[in-house]
Amino acid sequence: MTAMISHAFLQDYWWIIISLLAGLLVFLMFVQGGQTFVFTLPRTEIQRTMIVNSLGRKWEFTFTTLVTFGGAFFASFPLFYATSFGGAYWVWMAILFSFIIQAVSYEFRTKPSNVFGTRVYDGFLFINGCVGPFLIGTVVATFFTGSDFSLDLFNRVTWGTEWRGLEALANPVNWFLGLAVLFLARILGLMYMVNNIDEDELVMKIKRTLILNSVPFLVFFLTFTGFLLTGKGYMADSETGEISLVKYHYLNVLLSRTGILILFAGGVVLVLLSLYHGIFRNSGKAIWYAGSGTVAVVMALFFLAGFGGSAFYPSSTDLQSSLTLVNASSSMFTLKTMFYVSLTIPIVLLYSWIAWRAVNRKKITAAEMDEAGHKY
Amino acid sequence: MIENIDLSLVNWSRAQFALTAIYHWLFVPLTLGLSFILAFMETAYVRTGDETWKRITKFWMTLFGINFAIGVATGIILEFEFGTNWSNYSWFVGDIFGAPLAMEGILAFFLESTFIAVMFFGWNKVSKRFHLVSTWLVAIGANLSALWILVANAWMENPVGMTFNPDTARNEMNSFSAVVFNPVAIDKFTHTVTSGFVLASVFVVGISAWFMLHRREEILARRSIYIAGIFGLASSLLVAMTGDSSARTISKVQPVKFAAMEALYEGQNNVGLTVIGALSENGEKLGEKPVYDTKMKIQIPGLLSVMTTGNPDGYVPGMKDLINGNPERGILPVSEMIERGKYARQVLIDFKMAKELGDKESLVSLQAKFADKDFTDNYFRYFGYAYFTHPWQVIPAVPLIFYSFRLMVGLGFLFIALFAIALYLYSRQLLERRRWFLWLAVFSIPLAYLASELGWIVTEVGRQPWIIQNLMPVHMAVSNISAGSVQVTFFLFAVLFTALLIAEISIMTRQIKNGPKHQEEEK
Repeated sequence: MTAMISHAFLQDYWWIIISLLAGLLVFLMFVQGGQTFVFTLPRTEIQRTMIVNSLGRKWEFTFTTLVTFGGAFFASFPLFYATSFGGAYWVWMAILFSFIIQAVSYEFRTKPSNVFGTRVYDGFLFINGCVGPFLIGTVVATFFTGSDFSLDLFNRVTWGTEWRGLEALANPVNWFLGLAVLFLARILGLMYMVNNIDEDELVMKIKRTLILNSVPFLVFFLTFTGFLLTGKGYMADSETGEISLVKYHYLNVLLSRTGILILFAGGVVLVLLSLYHGIFRNSGKAIWYAGSGTVAVVMALFFLAGFGGSAFYPSSTDLQSSLTLVNASSSMFTLKTMFYVSLTIPIVLLYSWIAWRAVNRKKITAAEMDEAGHKY
Repeated sequence: MIENIDLSLVNWSRAQFALTAIYHWLFVPLTLGLSFILAFMETAYVRTGDETWKRITKFWMTLFGINFAIGVATGIILEFEFGTNWSNYSWFVGDIFGAPLAMEGILAFFLESTFIAVMFFGWNKVSKRFHLVSTWLVAIGANLSALWILVANAWMENPVGMTFNPDTARNEMNSFSAVVFNPVAIDKFTHTVTSGFVLASVFVVGISAWFMLHRREEILARRSIYIAGIFGLASSLLVAMTGDSSARTISKVQPVKFAAMEALYEGQNNVGLTVIGALSENGEKLGEKPVYDTKMKIQIPGLLSVMTTGNPDGYVPGMKDLINGNPERGILPVSEMIERGKYARQVLIDFKMAKELGDKESLVSLQAKFADKDFTDNYFRYFGYAYFTHPWQVIPAVPLIFYSFRLMVGLGFLFIALFAIALYLYSRQLLERRRWFLWLAVFSIPLAYLASELGWIVTEVGRQPWIIQNLMPVHMAVSNISAGSVQVTFFLFAVLFTALLIAEISIMTRQIKNGPKHQEEEK
């Protein structure tokens, strides 16, 4: 097995791990999506409490996945870490601020003497719910549309504008993915609540809201996919590493790599199936179809960005500064060391599932919100 | 290379990182120690079946939860600031530094965050034993996460287990075990984690003492003092031992920091350890930095020599030796290190230019240099010195380090006494009657936080101006952004963290005043 482990294999392997973490992160952003309903969905205070407690028991999963996603990127593709974080300063700072205010809000919101009052902390949850998924979606869109940066001989980044990443908002294609992720997170949040909350009135309202959010999600996602597959893509020459813009590049990768095609199509079908289950059957299982579909589609998008000769973090202004899995990765020794560590990931997933099941065994009820114990 | 460094940018970036780290460290040590105290208390509950233990555990768990959330919030910023504010650093050492961070996420954070949900919400959902295991796993996960980040931090102070790759212009790991078992990492982990245990123990003893002073929750208070007293005493003794070991290691790998900790300017034999002293400028200068004399000092004769050399007559180099050099002791002057660093940097620039121009002949010969032991041991090891123009620039802020170190050590001994007295009074059933002790315990809480922060000031200010000892100065690590952008985020962070700290203290104080009885009556 060790003989099989070449540097190229490890680069691909770590891109798959990064893609998996990205997929799980977007799925777990059901917490953020659910937070966007904190003011509009509940009719009574007890309903709001149930929603917040349902989502709040999972916020650490999302947070930890985000931190691990960042750590794994730093370790396996440090040039991306240095280039994107050091360059697109404002967009990352906006994302981070939204996550700081989220982390404390669940714990503080109903505690006596919390200084700012429950509504302020609920407002923080709402802001995080909107800003987090939208900006993360926008950043991921730049994996296909490019960013304005260049690297010098020593791989130090110079960003082309003082907007520092916020200039991505000038490109409507980035908006489409950002909004698609936001509405997907909202859909996932609604489906999770149906799965986890036992309250008929709330569940009926969720069903109506689900329809209203599914339409914009589908519009934005399909529009982004249309642009992605019919536009130009950033491709590295397999011999020289030279980057060029190639028409239909991502479509070519999708069609030439059966695995990615199946993953993408299968993911889309699962998400559509979840909408059918959520809207027409009012099923609590919809979240699992949507969740697995989300992981599959996000992984497929990352595969399109990184495999098939793609430059996964392209520079739109200095093509040759674009990052590929080859020029941005850690050394073989580091990737191999982390490869062995990554073999523990199935154990992590297993115990996470056991703990998830233990906490979610019973749905949240209004009666439980009246019992003594830790509550948000 | 970046020759025109904006020092305003460097200082604001440094200030922002220091701000985030100081706030983060206000919350982390309590999490590290209190998680174990919870595990001990819950173990007592499961083993005895005594519901009072459960009640006590739940009370401290509420305070743990309030503290945990804000620690997580400040922690995520630290991780991402390596990229946003120190991007040159991130590339230069990402191959080594990133791996512990990734492991922290995979091996520790998931453990902690997964089981914390069971710990908080699982009381009526899982069996007693499953819940207890979850509480222990939270404690282990929290402390494991400290391990990985401290391994990364230690590597910055003593870079080992790597080689420089001129092709990629970065350091690359060649021995993971050397990185993990770096002597600085072992000292740092044991010292930092046990200091967190001490802080949490002081916190529990102090709040329990407050209950006793108000004649409330006396069973909770007595039992909490018992658990935290034992844990705190054992931990504070370990802190003293690991602190001693840490100082010995620093004297070898960061001699300038060590000289600053002692304000030792003249190298001597048979040097005493200064217990107390006051620094005063003597009018002399080392470059542009003032030289200090230590007045009114109380010393333990010969102890510093013993600590650093194992011999009471051993020679301990002073700051002047380390800056100006001392050929008799084999100490190179910094001016020579600067020259050697500049030579190493020029070789790297030549290599890069040869590569750019496709000059294969030069490329091969220059690449060979990086594999040459003489070049790596005698020139490249001083690479970072190339970015200084004057030897005195490598001297850190001596008075801040000197006083911080003494205050931290003094407080450490105070806590040993505090725990010892607490256990003695507990065993004699005199706790309630010794109100002076109870007040001392209450006022020790802020002192524990102070000691904890002082420890980081000694270590982080003491290693200035290096972000990676001898290889990369702080001013070369900074991201190429405008100082104005960092100023804005600095103030945003300052306002946000301060507001959240005020909220946290307010909530925590209220929860303590209300006590467990109120929590039970709440619903």
